[in-house]
Amino acid sequence: MSIGHTLLGLLESGPRHGYDLKRAFDEHFGHDRPLHYGQVYSTMSRLLKNGLVEVDAVETGAGPERKRYAITDAGVTDVAQWLARPEKPEPYLQSTLYTKVVLALMTGRNAAELLDTQRAEHLRLMRGLTERKRGGDLADQLICDHALFHLDADLRWLELTAARLDKLAETVAA
Amino acid sequence: MTPPGALIEASALRKAYGPTPALDGADFSIHPGEVVAVMGPSGSGKSTLLHCLAGIIGPDSGTIRYDGRDLTVLRDGERSALRRAEFGFVFQFGQLVPELTCAENVALPLRLNGVRRTEAERQAQEWLERLEVDEVAGKRPGEVSGGQGQRVAVARALVSRPRVVFADEPTGALDSLNGERVMDLLTDAARASGTAVVLVTHEARVAAYSDREVVVRDGVAREVAAAA
Repeated sequence: MSIGHTLLGLLESGPRHGYDLKRAFDEHFGHDRPLHYGQVYSTMSRLLKNGLVEVDAVETGAGPERKRYAITDAGVTDVAQWLARPEKPEPYLQSTLYTKVVLALMTGRNAAELLDTQRAEHLRLMRGLTERKRGGDLADQLICDHALFHLDADLRWLELTAARLDKLAETVAA
Repeated sequence: MTPPGALIEASALRKAYGPTPALDGADFSIHPGEVVAVMGPSGSGKSTLLHCLAGIIGPDSGTIRYDGRDLTVLRDGERSALRRAEFGFVFQFGQLVPELTCAENVALPLRLNGVRRTEAERQAQEWLERLEVDEVAGKRPGEVSGGQGQRVAVARALVSRPRVVFADEPTGALDSLNGERVMDLLTDAARASGTAVVLVTHEARVAAYSDREVVVRDGVAREVAAAA
């Protein structure tokens, strides 16, 4: 995820302090991985340097000074371009699972067992996500669904590979 | 070795249709309140396993104990009585009686067990509300959507408070959202009442509602534990 673009996008609704930005990011997008303060401030320094944000106000008090950031016109354009640009789909052509299955066959190990163990591991994660989804809000449901559909695709591949294992073994042995 | 306290415990089940073995030494167990997914590719024997466990068909050999009783030695009438009293069923296409209203369909298992009409209707209405389809109570199955029909089927399966529900691809004919809602409601209601669910499915997203899974392949059922 592009943290810079996400923070810029959050600034479009109005200026915010670094702390507010972190809180908004964590609330909407952080889920299992909240931002570190250091990441926020280093990102804002870079955006400042590139002219995508500006310091809108500086508050001084007993503690360290607090900067309030605002997005610039260049920043708005940058966010618009980022949103309009499609994400490059993952090609999924470098599969560790495929490598393991082939290596198991090449070395005379039990590839079917490997696939069964992997299925159990995938389902364990899917159970956890399903449980979280059931108790969660719409954001939780969408995030978990994204993961569940990807894991489901993996499992379909595991099933298909299990069904083709004899043929793959012949190919590997040839 | 099956842990103690199993509600159903089956071992070495064999069943062949002509020369083709559908089950070839399958073992299975389920405990009260547990949801167990039975997974496997098409033709692997998972539906045959469910039918044997539910006493719908008899295995050629092997044993099935339900609550300590040997299912395989019961006569047809005794197995039917057991199914009516203790088991509930949900199939892929609901299999509701088309001539009856949805409420009458839900009340049917109670009526067959001798519950008076007014009491059966009251309980049916309660389950339709619980499954969030009370608005279709007076409609016939042909007049409701697939998702609504399947919820009515779940209500019918649970209305007589069975100890085991056998669900064979219960979401197979539904879209993702309706399928999830049916699974939410089925597993919530079953867990709340301590009902065990044998859930046959080839969909991992449905199996993820279970407590554990067994995989049937070439007529053999096996359970694989995830890495710790």
